Amino acid sequence: MSNNVARHLLTDSGLEISSLEQALGQIHRHDTDYADLYFQSSQHESWVLEDGIIKEGSYNIERGVGVRAISGEKTGFAYSDEISPAALDKACKAARTIAPAGGTHQVRGLSQGSYPTRYEQDNPILGMAEAEKVALLKAVDAYVRKQEPGINQVVVSLTGVYEEVLVAASDGTLATDVRPLVRLNCSVLLESGDRRERGGAGAGGRHTYSFFSSDENGRPVYEQLADDALHMARVNMQAIASPAGTMPVVLGSGWPGVLLHEAVGHGLEGDFNRKGASTFSGKMGQQVAAKGVTVVDDGTMQDRRGSLSVDDEGTPTQRNVLIEDGVLTGYMQDKMNARLMGVKPTGNGRRESYAHLPMPRMTNTYMLGGQYDPQEIIKTIDRGIYAPNFAGGQVDITSGKFVFSSAEAYLIENGKITAPVKGATLIGNGPEVMQKISMIGNDVALDRGVGVCGKDGQSVPVGVGQPTLKIDELTVGGTA
Amino acid sequence: MQIEQQIAEIQNVVDDVLKMAVGKGATQAEASMSKVQGIAVSSRMKEVENVEFTNDGGLGISVYVGKHKGSASTADLSTQALALTVEKAIDIARYTSEDPCTGLADEQLMATEFPDLELYHPQDLDPQHAMRVAIDAETAALEYDPRIVNSDGASYNANLGMRVYGNTHGINAGYPSSRYSLSCMMIGAQGDDMQRDYAYTVSRKPDGLKAAAEVGSEASEATVSRLGAQKINTANVPVLLHKDVASSLFGHYVSAISGGSLYRRSSFLLDKLGEQIFPEWLNIEEKPRLKGGLASSNFDAEGVVTRDLNVVENGRLAHYLFTTYSSRKMGTTSTGHAGGIHNWIIGDTGHSDADLLQEMGTGLLVTELMGQGVSVVTGDYSRGAAGFWVENGIIQYPVHEITIAGNLKQMYANIRAIGRERDVRGGVQTGSVLIDNMKIAGN
Repeated sequence: MSNNVARHLLTDSGLEISSLEQALGQIHRHDTDYADLYFQSSQHESWVLEDGIIKEGSYNIERGVGVRAISGEKTGFAYSDEISPAALDKACKAARTIAPAGGTHQVRGLSQGSYPTRYEQDNPILGMAEAEKVALLKAVDAYVRKQEPGINQVVVSLTGVYEEVLVAASDGTLATDVRPLVRLNCSVLLESGDRRERGGAGAGGRHTYSFFSSDENGRPVYEQLADDALHMARVNMQAIASPAGTMPVVLGSGWPGVLLHEAVGHGLEGDFNRKGASTFSGKMGQQVAAKGVTVVDDGTMQDRRGSLSVDDEGTPTQRNVLIEDGVLTGYMQDKMNARLMGVKPTGNGRRESYAHLPMPRMTNTYMLGGQYDPQEIIKTIDRGIYAPNFAGGQVDITSGKFVFSSAEAYLIENGKITAPVKGATLIGNGPEVMQKISMIGNDVALDRGVGVCGKDGQSVPVGVGQPTLKIDELTVGGTA
Repeated sequence: MQIEQQIAEIQNVVDDVLKMAVGKGATQAEASMSKVQGIAVSSRMKEVENVEFTNDGGLGISVYVGKHKGSASTADLSTQALALTVEKAIDIARYTSEDPCTGLADEQLMATEFPDLELYHPQDLDPQHAMRVAIDAETAALEYDPRIVNSDGASYNANLGMRVYGNTHGINAGYPSSRYSLSCMMIGAQGDDMQRDYAYTVSRKPDGLKAAAEVGSEASEATVSRLGAQKINTANVPVLLHKDVASSLFGHYVSAISGGSLYRRSSFLLDKLGEQIFPEWLNIEEKPRLKGGLASSNFDAEGVVTRDLNVVENGRLAHYLFTTYSSRKMGTTSTGHAGGIHNWIIGDTGHSDADLLQEMGTGLLVTELMGQGVSVVTGDYSRGAAGFWVENGIIQYPVHEITIAGNLKQMYANIRAIGRERDVRGGVQTGSVLIDNMKIAGN
């Protein structure tokens, strides 16, 4: 365990490991099955370049402790934005009111398990001088303006987060984690007469900022982002109205994995399935997707945006196979839902912060590659849509209906990619669409590290990915 | 402690922080601070599920060193953390560029009168009461219809809080507010089809909420009505956006006429001031000082006084919305819209909801919109939808897995009628909106 994290979060505030055991013992004086304490400190900064100047800079600090007490299916929760013995005691006494006095459970002695670290441990905010951060933003701006001399609007933003967390639970769990997270975004606006189109691209992960200047295929990451943003705007400048109706759709590799996140990911979270609220409830072992479809959620991937060394309940993350060759093989679990469903936690217990309750959440969710060359896939379609880039999505896990909106798309006519079409919302039913995947490309990729997943008002960083996919039928919400 | 006393204490903190900023070299500074205490209690299948005691607060500061800006915020309100926050903001201002448009709002725009807007109606944060309300809602919902087979739960939230804003022009004002809400989401089944829907009520006053049983029944009524939903064929038809989802249509209008979108040239309503956007009968009024309003305030996020405004007059774009910064970029003055709008009342054509169905004749009644497929840059609109197919003014069957698409410019011009029965649960109060000729994508 990191002594530094324990010192920053506990010792500096007058707490010891023994104080945590006592606090958990306080909760177990009421009839509770499980309790945990989540200490967190975070620093967040952002820098924004617009109109060629460094327009905004901001810095945020946050620190606190969340206390959870569970009795059967009931949860009591309280938190404090101050870490101190008195604040901890008060939160424990509030959380335990979920159950009547008179508990029988004993707190296990806290002991630190061992688990590999999945990312760098450096603080990105301190790891680069302010002048260098500013220089990085200006380099992106200069690069864009060199590629597109007449351009008016270029917005570049850089954000960095550094978090330290410590989890202590009545089942003896004691875990710490140090979590860096950075992101660079570039947004451009092109104009031609009355027409204006925006393009944007972002990248990031659990790195320090030097990642953005590092080489990827012989060029710095930031140059590729700028190229992608310009490419999207230029394509959309030429785009004609998108067709409306049900047709074959080919999704590009990488970020279009938003499809999986919405169509199946949320529906495979343990809480919805315990409650029987998901369209995938009770389908374990059944064929829920076409043969050849294998979907995993993997929190262990090195340096990825959705990765965690341990989840927010102190469970080490793992690679969970959710669907194997089309058969449903696993749900994503936190401790509470795993216990109530009689299975093991899978390292998917996540929370936005100490002020939020943990829930089963995705980490990096992606589909494994298949056998087809992407060009072969396109060739099989007479009339359809090729969509290599998307904006966000949304799902109704009960009916299975999901949407996601294309940000860059093209017509496929007679086996060839032809005219670009305007962004359109695609809508489908998760279980049905998964059965309609008829070709899987050999080009699996993950997104560049920009995903944010929302559930019950809580946001957490995630990764998505997939190879190029052919879906035989999907409804395309165009106007033509 | 009395709420007035708590606000006075926070005002002192804001004052100290502003002085600290000036002491460290700021030429101007502004700070805002909030504190909210609450409970969130949920039930599922008539049993208590979660009891959360919430306690949120924070201080944000922006400093201006000449024309260089720096910002910082903290949730930790210890003296040490506050000092660090001010230092960080000053530090950041060393690295941001000189920007002639930056700085506090103009002094003469500061709010000077602070009438009581009746936003604060305290009630003890009693978890037992909250549990009863949530369980009552769910009980009514579960008893509503045998096709209601499961529950996503009911939830009661109560929040009591305060907000203080101060800047170096001398304004330092605060006010308390309360907010209560109850929501319920149910699951229905019929054969293989499983559907969910919800209902909610929200008010500044605890007794301003709808009765728990009514909320539960509404959730189940909505859920059951969706069972057996079908997909329809691709077509051009009129669309009636139910009042529960219609406010989003005006939300896009807010984005498009906001100064930030204008100076970035990222709006399809750029250079359209005074032009006809909506039909001539349509007016939109902003009433920032509505008593007990969910979006009421005497001043905006920069201390600028809020005023009644005819945002849309006879269908014309009468005003753009500006913050201080965006107004300077556009060579005008702030309209008091830092932090958003304050109670928009959308005009109507006097139709009841039933009249609107008749007026539409044959078309689609939309009760749910999904996804973010709207571009304020181009006005292009394409969203997932669910609702009901209507023929000759009569609802025929539920519809799902379709999209509605168009361009906001045409959609606004094509509004044929707006109902007089308004949804008042948000910052935009509107009736149901009938829009001619939208593209439905389905089979």
